[in-house]
Amino acid sequence: MNLQADLLVLLPELTLAVGAMVLLIGGVVGGDRTTGTVSWLAILLLATAGIIVYRDAPASAFGGAFVVDGFARFVKLLILTGSALCILMAKEFFDRDKRVRFELPIIMLLATLGMLLMVSASSFIALYMGLELQSLALYVLAAFNRDSLRSTEAGLKYFVLGALSSGMLLYGISLIYGFTGSTEFAVIAHAAGSGFNLGLIFGIVFLVAGLAFKVGAVPFHMWTPDVYEGAPTPVTAFFVTAAKVAAFALFIRAIIVPFVHSVHEWQQIIIVVSVLSSVLGAVAAIGQTNIKRLLAYSSIGHVGYALLGLAAGSAYGIQGMLLYLAFYLVTNLGMFACVAAMRRNGESIEDIRDLAGLSRTAPHYAFAFAALTLSLAGLPPLAGFAAKFYVFGAAMQAGLIIPAVINVVASVAGAFYYLRILQIMYFDDPKPAFDRGTGAGTAAVMWAATAVSIVFFFIPGPAIAVAGQAAQALFS
Amino acid sequence: MSFLMSHILSIVTFLPFVGAGIIAVLVRGSDAAVARNARWVALFTTLIEFVLAMVIWLNFDGSSAQFQFVERADWLAPGIGYHMGVDGISMLFVVLTAGLMPFCILASWESIETRVAEYMIAFLALEALMIGVFCALDLVLFYLFFEGGLIPMFLIIGVWGGKRRIYASFKFFLYTLLGSVLMLLAILSMYFTAGTTDIVTLLHFHFDPQMQLWLWLAFFASFAVKMPMWPVHTWLPDAHVEAPTAGSVILAGILLKMGGYGFLRFSLPMFASASAVFAPLVFALSIIAIIYTSLVALAQEDIKKLIAYSSVAHMGFVTMGLFTLTHQGVEGGIYQMLSHGVVSGALFLCVGVIYDRMHTREIAAYGGLVNRMPIYAACFMVFTLANVGLPGTGGFVGEFLTMLGAFEANTWVAIFAATGVILSAAYALYVYRRVVFGALVKPTLQTIKDLSPREIAILAPLVVITIAMGVYPKPIFDVTSASVAQLISDNKMAREVDHPPRIAQQGVAK
Repeated sequence: MNLQADLLVLLPELTLAVGAMVLLIGGVVGGDRTTGTVSWLAILLLATAGIIVYRDAPASAFGGAFVVDGFARFVKLLILTGSALCILMAKEFFDRDKRVRFELPIIMLLATLGMLLMVSASSFIALYMGLELQSLALYVLAAFNRDSLRSTEAGLKYFVLGALSSGMLLYGISLIYGFTGSTEFAVIAHAAGSGFNLGLIFGIVFLVAGLAFKVGAVPFHMWTPDVYEGAPTPVTAFFVTAAKVAAFALFIRAIIVPFVHSVHEWQQIIIVVSVLSSVLGAVAAIGQTNIKRLLAYSSIGHVGYALLGLAAGSAYGIQGMLLYLAFYLVTNLGMFACVAAMRRNGESIEDIRDLAGLSRTAPHYAFAFAALTLSLAGLPPLAGFAAKFYVFGAAMQAGLIIPAVINVVASVAGAFYYLRILQIMYFDDPKPAFDRGTGAGTAAVMWAATAVSIVFFFIPGPAIAVAGQAAQALFS
Repeated sequence: MSFLMSHILSIVTFLPFVGAGIIAVLVRGSDAAVARNARWVALFTTLIEFVLAMVIWLNFDGSSAQFQFVERADWLAPGIGYHMGVDGISMLFVVLTAGLMPFCILASWESIETRVAEYMIAFLALEALMIGVFCALDLVLFYLFFEGGLIPMFLIIGVWGGKRRIYASFKFFLYTLLGSVLMLLAILSMYFTAGTTDIVTLLHFHFDPQMQLWLWLAFFASFAVKMPMWPVHTWLPDAHVEAPTAGSVILAGILLKMGGYGFLRFSLPMFASASAVFAPLVFALSIIAIIYTSLVALAQEDIKKLIAYSSVAHMGFVTMGLFTLTHQGVEGGIYQMLSHGVVSGALFLCVGVIYDRMHTREIAAYGGLVNRMPIYAACFMVFTLANVGLPGTGGFVGEFLTMLGAFEANTWVAIFAATGVILSAAYALYVYRRVVFGALVKPTLQTIKDLSPREIAILAPLVVITIAMGVYPKPIFDVTSASVAQLISDNKMAREVDHPPRIAQQGVAK
């Protein structure tokens, strides 16, 4: 294959890369005044990339280091949607704060570029490249509120721990390379299929540890609450949605494709990580009063449930996971839109007790908030239930009954703190109303996510079919 | 008309959502106007529901054990479809639900003053989900409705409840949720074993006896909490005491019946051998429930709590009857559920009447009501005696049949259950005497008024139904008997597959 054809496969990534650089130059010349324009152009770029991804045919480039398949397309579309909506929310959020900076949408674009590379990566070198591009951008984003102590602390913590996990990941990759002789997934799959040895298992353990850090799974979750709390709300939304989905996609591909024939070698680790995450996520969230911290623990719990699909190691499990990621992305976008709208007297607030009586001061807003909360809790008839249904189904199919039981009991414990949000909004006496004037974009995100959560079960077919095709792509 | 008849179950299930949507979107104006219009929309919707339910009953063919008014559509995945239908077991629960709802709306007419529109929306959503439970013929669909109903009930208890409403609503929600998630896992494993969650197919699917035991236990976890059976009944008194009157009516009248319905629809036919294995456990728990909770009821100070405990005792008769696996026992269990739905609902409405006037449920705060409220005393009397199971009231038929069935299955069980009847007479008459009879000495009661026309309109039909159910039960048995006979023969056949009768085994050996 010649270079031109290779580059054509990477067209969406190239679009973002070139576009981001052009916008950067424009921003530097025009200064912070141009933030609005830069944001809209960034969204336009993401939309363009989305259209290209949507029309992509399966292909591979650079000797198989990058692939475009159904799985990559599905996840990339999720990521692009998440990024575009986060940029939109960020624009409105910082507009209200009067702290606009043109770099924000550009860094988010670069992070998105890294994510797209991660999702397509089919060799460990390409994977690491994409991952680091994304991570470096995210470290900066976490500390974006540079005058705030919490934000800079979040960025620093994220950086130090992130570097540590990248080191573990690299160590794992080097072991795998040493024992299989390649960094390409296809070659490793072939080598691992013919025999397993202790060195390779060590490699997998370090690989999983590094990846577990990136998705925020127990016992590598410590950074999530601090970073999610410290980062500005739209940035947290970006971490929770696009970045998490990308990390999961990476996790899935880097485990499933090279080691598909040796599920039993790595299944145990994933099960343990999954069970610990869902239990810790459920229990630790109970005492939280900061909504972003609470959502951070909730996301740890969700990582636990989603990993159950990976532990199953089957196409059905991956289909469930992809549905889970789609649900998770949509619901959390809506949830953070709700959080971004929490403002009183011009100040952004994050204490859940400030939501008291919201159902009376702003009934529609409270309804959306409640529906999204219940969807996150995985209660029928909301969309979150479908996602749980599929991953638990995959676990039962694979015979992982005990982990499924522990996870499902954890989800009941987790329901407690979701219900507490409902209690505060619906049962408690009202506090003064929030400021009006949430941006139209943020409100639209909130309502769109709410609508999806509610109507999903009326027309579930298309989403499930698409996720099924995407999952099949990994196993063919 | 043909469209109506071919989709009547979907219509009856989703119509309340339409009513709720109208209240949410179209009802506008001042607070008073919104409240008034919301009440009327809700009443109108529930009345249409009732008419539709009666249409279903009139067009129901009682001689057939088949599912009727069936609707099918593709839905989640191959094997998980949208499938609705009713048979003789489920149809009457749809009627019961649709029949109780207008009473609930009427009972809340004046007693609910805050956030009326939201209250009505919650009730209509609850009605839709409850009817869906009884119509669903797919396990996943069933589960969706079954668990979805928790959310509106949680809000009803939490927003419009009494002092400890937050505690009660959380307890209600988490208890029930914990039970039902285990059922969810069982549903999933059934799906992967049988390849479908279609209830009609599963009714004739044979699960491995060992697997049946686990599936049965998982379903039991859910239905025992819902029923509620001793010792997982403790959420019920709290929920009942804190819920607003109409919420208690729905809880006692319908939500509890979902547990019994679940046993009938799933546990008995699908896990026949396991049901036989665990029947002694169910008998033991039922008898403990009957005797222990009756004794507990005797000691209550709060009227609602007393009725709540009596509900647990009555549900004990139901579980006992169902697991006798005799025709009388099962029919008695169904009848008991229906009559208890009416009677306990009516009792809560009666308590609501005096609560609206005095704002207390303490038994000690009342006494001598008969002097100023003769009509009320008469109505309350009918329902109290029906609760005791006096012949001539609806309560008698079910209790008698379940004991008949129990006598056939195990004499000891019947003997213990019979002591429960005596105890129920003791607590019910004791509370009736303390509230209604005696001298009217309490100064706060001197000006209490008898039933208003609205309250008479609520209680009078219930009195008629209660007595009619006791005197002429045939219309109900006409509907149920074919399906129950089918259930019992299916159950027997399924058990013979797992444990062939000895004669047959010897024949094979030769």
